[in-house]
Amino acid sequence: MNYGALIFLAAFLGLSASWFGLVLTPQIQLGRETQATNTVNTAELYPIARPGLASEGAEIYRANGCVYCHSQQVDQSGTQVNFVLAEVGTNPVAVAEALLKAKVGITNANALGLSGGVPKTILRGTSIATAKKAAKAVRDAGADGRVEILSVGPDIARGWGARRSVAQDFIYDNPVMLGSQRVGPDLANVGSRLPDPNWHLRHLYLPRTEVNGSAMPSYKFLFQQRKIQGQPSSEALRLNGEFAPPAGYEIVPRPEAKALVAYLLSLKAGAPLFEAPLSLAAVVAPAPATNSPAK
Amino acid sequence: MNATSCTTTSAAGSDPITREIDASGRVPLFFLFFGGAIWLVVSSIFGLLASIKFHSPTFLADCASMTYGRVYPVATNALLYGFAVPAGLGVALWIIARLGQTRVLQPGIIAFGAMIWNLGVLVGILGILKGESTGFENLEMPKYAAILLFISYSLIGIWTLLTLQSRREKSLQAPQWFLIAALFWFPWIFSTAQLLLSVHPVRGVTQSVINWWFSANLKLVWLGLVGLATSFYLMTRLMNRALYSQYLALFAFWTIILFASWSGIPATAPLPAWLPALSGIATVITLVTVLSVAVNVFRTCGKGCGQSENPAPGKFIAFGVMAFLISWFLNVVNSLPELTRFTHFTWFTVAQSHLNVYGFFSMTMLGAIYYLIPSVIGVEWPCWKPVKAHYWVAVFGILLFAIPLVIGGVIQGISLNNPRVPFADLTKSTLNFLRVSSTGELFILIGHLLFLGNFIALGLKLARLYLIPAGLGAIAEMKPAEVKS
Repeated sequence: MNYGALIFLAAFLGLSASWFGLVLTPQIQLGRETQATNTVNTAELYPIARPGLASEGAEIYRANGCVYCHSQQVDQSGTQVNFVLAEVGTNPVAVAEALLKAKVGITNANALGLSGGVPKTILRGTSIATAKKAAKAVRDAGADGRVEILSVGPDIARGWGARRSVAQDFIYDNPVMLGSQRVGPDLANVGSRLPDPNWHLRHLYLPRTEVNGSAMPSYKFLFQQRKIQGQPSSEALRLNGEFAPPAGYEIVPRPEAKALVAYLLSLKAGAPLFEAPLSLAAVVAPAPATNSPAK
Repeated sequence: MNATSCTTTSAAGSDPITREIDASGRVPLFFLFFGGAIWLVVSSIFGLLASIKFHSPTFLADCASMTYGRVYPVATNALLYGFAVPAGLGVALWIIARLGQTRVLQPGIIAFGAMIWNLGVLVGILGILKGESTGFENLEMPKYAAILLFISYSLIGIWTLLTLQSRREKSLQAPQWFLIAALFWFPWIFSTAQLLLSVHPVRGVTQSVINWWFSANLKLVWLGLVGLATSFYLMTRLMNRALYSQYLALFAFWTIILFASWSGIPATAPLPAWLPALSGIATVITLVTVLSVAVNVFRTCGKGCGQSENPAPGKFIAFGVMAFLISWFLNVVNSLPELTRFTHFTWFTVAQSHLNVYGFFSMTMLGAIYYLIPSVIGVEWPCWKPVKAHYWVAVFGILLFAIPLVIGGVIQGISLNNPRVPFADLTKSTLNFLRVSSTGELFILIGHLLFLGNFIALGLKLARLYLIPAGLGAIAEMKPAEVKS
């Protein structure tokens, strides 16, 4: 029996199904995504193409394989709906009574503390329907309140971002380096999390100067150790103690180091989008700095 | 058992037709396998360099080419493209010639293809060290190297398929099904990935989807098809009995083609939800592939599985099948949304991938090469003891590499999910596991040196047996000629 041609044809069809599903269809769905206005501030375009130095830095990031230890994608495990009282109005007692009457799960003891400072989150982790009900009750009583939807998850609690990453965040990246391993922290928002360029330069030169016991390799080849001639360079790294260069020498960043830092500072995927909404409060309030530089 | 006896453990000593078939592939197989042996050594040296960097961050910090992010992809590419793919092509060619009872067509062209392949890998690895990596995992080699690889694969693949076409034994066995699908699938996925990632890059995360699709199709589908074809064929040869069920083998074939080809997109990816969901479901279905292979293998060998008399090549194959079952099972675990939170972004995925590429595929190929080389070259391995030593060193190395990374990966994943654990502590908690796995890599390197050593010893034996007598013979023939003139 000779099924050669038949096997070839069947295997061809079977395998090509995955090509249609995982190459062609995503391209049709996502390939034409363009810069868009975001949900909170409709005048602002997102994302914004990287300026020249930062896109040179992306090449340094690619060439030196930073992607093998750092991901650039924030995950979120869910959302949390809160109800925030924004304004108490003239009659706090009426507001408290209205809230109790609306049966949104507020106990008497909680209701009594309403007259404190506003804005105040009175309902945490509730459903949208309940929060809306509370908002209506409060409004009817002459006060004002808002429903707040927050992203939650371990990545967000670490301060790696205010929301999860979505396809829209990456349309100007080439290559897109999402990463598959977190030997180091996620970098999707490192530009907003660690905005100091000098911190990044010192950290690249010798990571242990900034993060105690860091496992990140040193990128000394992006820097130059040279003799101080006349005045010390304004760009020289400020290194102390055991990390300092020998007397009469200074460490200055090469252009590659400056470009890489510009790229890192350009990593800010925080705009509120339709597919990853953020309440205004969450945008304004800084995320807890759990991965702040070690002292 | 007799450690130095070779006739019972290798393909040699068969009938003259088989010997002629084997000999016809001598030159191309030599280039594919000897090149592979060298790349294996390169791969483990770079792998070791990469893991030293975790323990000493300032090690070789002044040299751009030796930074972790360049050394690590060199190690993975040398294993994947330096050894796995060419070894798979060589073994596929041999199985196709053997099962089709036909000689290899145009061995010269295939050997030429093998040389270009090795050149392509060399150029690609130098490119990565120079900083010209594409930035896509499993596809790091720059465009110019990829072109060489594609040309080379086409030459080898076309003449392998023509060899299949010229077969005298017309009926197709299960291993041939696997190999036909694999042979044409690689150029498809490789050219798609190159065209849409390097030549005309698509926009945004579609790049990542294509990269994941390529990786899964190379590491699960291609390696799976070629590796299983080799295990199935060699099991029947070594034990001299038929496969328990051709139908179960074909069932595994179809599930790999239809479902494994859809896997690989992580649940956490920043994509429309249908993509990871569909991919996750397909990956879960590959569990039936694992089961069907397990039933088929255990039923085929029956009580013979754990035999201590199992010759060295058989040991490699048996270990490969076990690693296949474990690594594909871990792949399913890694795709379940509830569990992937604790395994994704950790060393767990690295261990799973290595168990598949190295524990399963490379071990199967090593077993096949040890089995077929004596018959193909026409000379027995000088000694089987280093072959057995290679086996035990490799097993020890793989276990020492993979087990700590699986455990360390899960611990890393649990800490990643607990934001109260500071990130620096999290990395530190995995360092001890990394130290043990570095030791494993050292053992794997020793195994690769033994493999290369076995090849060199065989070459020396070949020279002693043929070249020197031939040289003496030539001198003896020349003398009367000189007299004449």
